[in-house]
Amino acid sequence: MTLKTLLQGLRPPVTEPVPALDDPELAALAAKLDRTAQRRLGRSLSIREVDAGSCNGCELEIHALNNAFYDLERFGLRFVASPRHADVLMVTGPVTKHMRQALERTWRATPDPKWVVAVGDCAAGTGVFAGSPACIGAVAEVVPVDLVIRGCPPTPTQLLQGLLALLQS
Amino acid sequence: MSAVDTAQWQQMAQRMASGDCTLFGLWGEPGRVHMAVLDHDAPAIAVHSLDCPDNSFPSVSAVHAPAIRLERAMRDLFGLDPVGLPDTRPWLDHGPNPTAYPFLPVEGESLHQIAVGPVHAGIIEPGHFRFTADGETVVRLEQRLGYVHKGIEHLMHGATLDQAARLAGRTSGDSTVAYALAFARAVEAALGIEAPPRAAWLRGVMAELERIANHLGDFGAICNDASFSIMLAHCGILRERVLRCAAACFGHRLMMDRIVPGGVAVGLPADGAARIRSLIDEIRVRFTPLVELYDATASLQDRTVGTGILHPDLARRFGAGGHVGRASGRNFDARRSIGYPPYDQLRFEVPVREEGDVNARVWIRIKEIEQSLALIEQMLNRMPEGEVRIAIEPTGPCEGMALAEAFRGDVLVWLRIDAAGRIDRCHLRDASWFQWPLLEAAIEGNIVADFPLCNKSFNCSYSGHDL
Ligand code: SF4
Repeated sequence: MTLKTLLQGLRPPVTEPVPALDDPELAALAAKLDRTAQRRLGRSLSIREVDAGSCNGCELEIHALNNAFYDLERFGLRFVASPRHADVLMVTGPVTKHMRQALERTWRATPDPKWVVAVGDCAAGTGVFAGSPACIGAVAEVVPVDLVIRGCPPTPTQLLQGLLALLQS
Repeated sequence: MSAVDTAQWQQMAQRMASGDCTLFGLWGEPGRVHMAVLDHDAPAIAVHSLDCPDNSFPSVSAVHAPAIRLERAMRDLFGLDPVGLPDTRPWLDHGPNPTAYPFLPVEGESLHQIAVGPVHAGIIEPGHFRFTADGETVVRLEQRLGYVHKGIEHLMHGATLDQAARLAGRTSGDSTVAYALAFARAVEAALGIEAPPRAAWLRGVMAELERIANHLGDFGAICNDASFSIMLAHCGILRERVLRCAAACFGHRLMMDRIVPGGVAVGLPADGAARIRSLIDEIRVRFTPLVELYDATASLQDRTVGTGILHPDLARRFGAGGHVGRASGRNFDARRSIGYPPYDQLRFEVPVREEGDVNARVWIRIKEIEQSLALIEQMLNRMPEGEVRIAIEPTGPCEGMALAEAFRGDVLVWLRIDAAGRIDRCHLRDASWFQWPLLEAAIEGNIVADFPLCNKSFNCSYSGHDL
């Protein structure tokens, strides 16, 4: 009875269709990505998430990418435990002064070619903590940023659109 | 709010130490310190304020250990000097070199240390854990927090009520509803107003949806840490359904900025109640077999029963809120023990257990999900009609304090509004302040491999603590 009830919850399948890349900013990013690097990586990216001072709201939505609705792995995208295994750093938060060094070290530990995605208004430098003497501000002030996904927090669909732009050019 | 002198301040600290009252908060500002205390025979929390023109005051933690980190933070943030503070290392201020920190010395044969963080392996917040282990067994855990210190109290100083409400709602994103609620109620207490009844009930619906979403997520994640990922997958689906329902009804998946001083920013759309009802039905049907699975799976029980025991005496002394306290016999829930609308008009139980292990914390979560579902049903059935927001009129300088029960425990917000109607000072105290130190105690004697399980069963907030 248990299994049957659980499985009924999955009928019809809950997985979302692939979101359209309707944002011109994302399309432009996809177009300018380095093609050599792209060929080397194929259609697969390993992502290392770095919380650089987030309120943890962004993390909740990044987590949601792994649920059955968004099922990130079907796109060849997966979260990895070490920056040394990563192609992409996904950074959240207004980069607190206390996280600056850890962010820089994580970035240096990530092998080239690599991309940095700044996730959320805080990481974009426009969040509610902007201007605090305890924060540096935008992620781009600490490490080079390739893509900014805005929102407070961005929805999983917005996150997915941004990541797919990295794969398509 | 009462002004006290040094002798009365010290007397309060002594009463906490002897267990006659519980410390609910301890914070400062230049030239003044405040404590929030619940006397065991008093119906409400009292705030005592002590003027200290030279910024020094008698340390509470000199006699009452739960105050240590709070006083270290007061030193860092405002240069206050708690005289007699037993541990004067910085806490929220890491200084120019974050790696230079004097961890406590550990002595003994065949001990080794494991340093973890601040960047962890999973998608979690940053913090540092220094384990000292004897073989596999943890003999001591020392935490170092403060990595996500954002200067929230600094930003609060001079903020408009709108700005401050948005900040409060981002103190710990997973509890944004609870923080916005505590902040709004503190403003309303300061101004001597009440939000309209319908607003209070809508706030209640949002708060319970938030509680359900978090408990579902954590239930799945705890089982996942015991290698039972099917639970994470199913709980992830249920959690997503809650967030989608929240987005459809209130316009934001986490319901950020929906609760504002004076009421709520959005009403329930025409199909809102029906959507929430069908969500409740769905969770009831799908959650029950997950609970059965948890209860009937020996390999899961093997990991959670008897693991990470928090002794009831420690939970009581530290005033541990939420599932951490209630799984260790501390019968406190701000919705009931303090009481605020709409909960004073609703029927619900506050589950309490005594074992204090991971399993007990899991069961508190399970029971609370059931209670929250029933609470939302009651609210939908009896939702009062009327307006959902009243205008806020500045009244001159005033102070207010409020408590709200977040999914992980009580959030305390104290604030002072200045003559211009802006925030002069605002202090936000997460339940985690009193839970983090207890995690250090609960892991002692357990194996290192059980730490993720213990940690997740507590699920303390880094951001809410680091401010
Ligand atoms: S962007 Fe919003 S949700 Fe993300 S960390 Fe900043 S405040 Fe939190």
